[in-house]
Amino acid sequence: MFLNQFLLFAAVLFCIGVYGVLTRKNGVLVLMSIELILNSVNINLVAFAAYTGDIGGQVFALFIIAVAAAEVGVGLAIVLLIYRNRRSIDVAEANLLKG
Amino acid sequence: MFAAEVAETTIPWLYENVWLIPALPAASFVLILLFGKRMPFKGAEVGITAVLAAFVLAVLTTFTWIGDVESAAAHGDDNGEEHSDDADHADDADHADDEDEHGLIIGDGESAASDSLLAATAAAEGGHSTTPTGDRIVTDVRWFESGGVEVPIGTLVDGQAVMLLFVVTLISSLVHIFSTDYVNGDRRYTHYFAFLSLFTASMLFMVLSSSTLQLIVGWELVGVCSFALIGHWWEEKPNSDAALKAFLTNRVGDIGLLVGMSILYFGAGRTFDIVEINTKAAAGEISQSSLMWASIALMAAVMSKSGQFILHTWLPDAMAGPTPVSALIHAATMVVAGVYMIGRLYPVFWEGLSIYGSDINLMAFIGGLTTVGGGLLAFVQRDIKKVLAYSTVSQLGYMVLALGVGAYTAGMFHLFTHAFFKACLFLGAGSVSHACHHSFDMKADMGGLRKHMPITFWTFIIGSAALAGIPPLAGFWSKDEILVGAGVWPGTGGVGTYYIPFIFGMITAALTAAYMTRTVWLTFFGEYRGHDHPHESGPRITGPLVILASMAVVVGFLNMPSGFVKTFGLPEGIAHRFQTWVEPANVPSFLSHDLNGFEHAKPSLSLALVATGLALAAAFLVYRYYSALYKRDPMASEYTDGLRSKNSLAAAAYNVLENKYYLDHLYSGIITGGVKGPLARAANWTNQNILDGVVNLFGWVSVRVGRFVYRFIDQGVVDGTVNASGRSASTSGQFLRGMQSGQIRQYATLMFAAATILVAVFIVAI
Repeated sequence: MFLNQFLLFAAVLFCIGVYGVLTRKNGVLVLMSIELILNSVNINLVAFAAYTGDIGGQVFALFIIAVAAAEVGVGLAIVLLIYRNRRSIDVAEANLLKG
Repeated sequence: MFAAEVAETTIPWLYENVWLIPALPAASFVLILLFGKRMPFKGAEVGITAVLAAFVLAVLTTFTWIGDVESAAAHGDDNGEEHSDDADHADDADHADDEDEHGLIIGDGESAASDSLLAATAAAEGGHSTTPTGDRIVTDVRWFESGGVEVPIGTLVDGQAVMLLFVVTLISSLVHIFSTDYVNGDRRYTHYFAFLSLFTASMLFMVLSSSTLQLIVGWELVGVCSFALIGHWWEEKPNSDAALKAFLTNRVGDIGLLVGMSILYFGAGRTFDIVEINTKAAAGEISQSSLMWASIALMAAVMSKSGQFILHTWLPDAMAGPTPVSALIHAATMVVAGVYMIGRLYPVFWEGLSIYGSDINLMAFIGGLTTVGGGLLAFVQRDIKKVLAYSTVSQLGYMVLALGVGAYTAGMFHLFTHAFFKACLFLGAGSVSHACHHSFDMKADMGGLRKHMPITFWTFIIGSAALAGIPPLAGFWSKDEILVGAGVWPGTGGVGTYYIPFIFGMITAALTAAYMTRTVWLTFFGEYRGHDHPHESGPRITGPLVILASMAVVVGFLNMPSGFVKTFGLPEGIAHRFQTWVEPANVPSFLSHDLNGFEHAKPSLSLALVATGLALAAAFLVYRYYSALYKRDPMASEYTDGLRSKNSLAAAAYNVLENKYYLDHLYSGIITGGVKGPLARAANWTNQNILDGVVNLFGWVSVRVGRFVYRFIDQGVVDGTVNASGRSASTSGQFLRGMQSGQIRQYATLMFAAATILVAVFIVAI
């Protein structure tokens, strides 16, 4: 079984996602990067589920997909509202919580 | 489950579902509050329907109860030995064998046993349980459970509760009907009816309570409703002040209630159950000291709620509310709550307030003092409602006196009869004031109303005569029983011998007749002193008056002594019915610890004659006094140059000698003028100066202490601590705010960095 390959692929995908979250200023791209992170976790779960023959991991993966869909829905709504208010979706400008 | 139990046990449906009686007015309260304003009669119809339905249920319950008691009494002779009881109440059971008349057990021995079995199974299922406890029917469901203690909520049906259910629902119905005319057009008409419903519901809830906790809830609800209704016209300052005064005075007593109930809870072995507390108190299983402290604390509650001296001061002020409310408060829903509680926890009060080492009970003296104090104060009032208020104080004193001397039935019977004639008098006063442009001043705005309002006049006369104890009206029978119960008069027997309460009782008998004559004369005789033409009130006002007056005539016959019955050749069975119906089986057992030694006090014809003679003489003297005044000046309401303008008896006597005109009235003058002026004023003075002085002193001291505490403890210690903690929080906040950049990416970086470090640590550590 090629477990290592799947884990490496997931790790790469995770790092790309983290890089995207940390460096991108565009809110939509940040959300897309978060999707990458979530999907890398999904790959891990499915890979381990296939490896151990336990269906539980795939069930979790399905759950994560559903939750991710909801999260994107909320996230895009927030981005939309930020755009309406500020005419920009630059997350660096949205710093109202500055202490 | 309900139906199954009803089918298998002998408990009538009504006993189990007696909770419907308070539930109906409570539901009507919610309905009126939510939808009342949009209804065709502004919510009044809902209230009247609910209370009338509750009344019908109460009447049915009463008849079921009476039927059960009568059949138990009839069977008592055949199977006296089979009278079984719950195992816990062996004391009661023993007694039931001794006194068949009191073995008021539902069903025979076998069915009682199966009942308890069923009840036990029901309780084990954690549901609904119905326990026939001797002569009482307890229906409990679990309310809540805390720390392993289960607190049940339920209904306790016995003679006393049934009696008050009947009284409260009847008077409340009549007051509702009366109110539709009396407060017609009021700006808060709907609100008024809503609270009338809630008031009735709370009292019924309290009456039926099976645990002390439930009793407290009902008690407080009654207090809140009285506050809302006394302050119904709160726009005027005196009214809202009176409402506050009533509420706050009651709060003082409520503290006593909480303390007393807590002591009882621990004293009786962690139980709120009224029946259990009573059984233990009667059997001597609660220590004497905890009973004493509990009953003293509870007595404070009784004194505030039932207007006993020295906490009676709120009662006359409570007249600021609408008159039907006063009738409700004084006759049915509020002030009798205290007396009812004494009856409810009678073993506790009886054992607790017995003065140590003697047969004398403190309650008798509190009641005696109240009854005379209230009666004297009634003389100096100009306001017709205040006369009635002080007379209520005086009559409540009578009830407490009766309970104090061990005449349980007499006290409850007086509560019963008093409710009818006092409601009649208050509603009569309302009718009078309705005619006299909403004035209650007897001296300025009334007089001569006899010709203008005949129905009100006659009902008021009947009420007054009943209150004064003129035979054969209701008040005569109950008052006579109380005087008999004091056990002083030769041949009466009774539990103890109470000379001072007996003398107070006799004085009050005369005083009551005197001040009621004065009130009736000032209101209905002489010439009309107000303006415009008074007119008789409408049928919605006179109807309730007539009903109440006829009740005041007949209810006294419910408890005729057997000697009286024999003398008049009436059937033996109609004597002492009230006693049979209402008195719980265990009352005699703890009144005299020797189970065979107890006998009810025997009525005495000579005592009845003397008491009635005193009342009639007092009434006659007052009548002479005022008719002489009328001859001199038809418009006068008092002797402007009379004895009452002089303060001391000496000056009054001098004045009488100097003034030949007063020779005719020497006797009446000295009695009425001498007694009612200075003595009443002295009572008033004591009230104003000594009692208020003590209160003011407490206030002064607490203000001083408060200032000291504020300056040093509050400002120095407390505020210092608070400021220091605030300052340290602000300093650390200043330091930490630098980390809050508002940049989401910075937070994410920190989070991922921290996660990486944690993972690294994790890997290294494993």
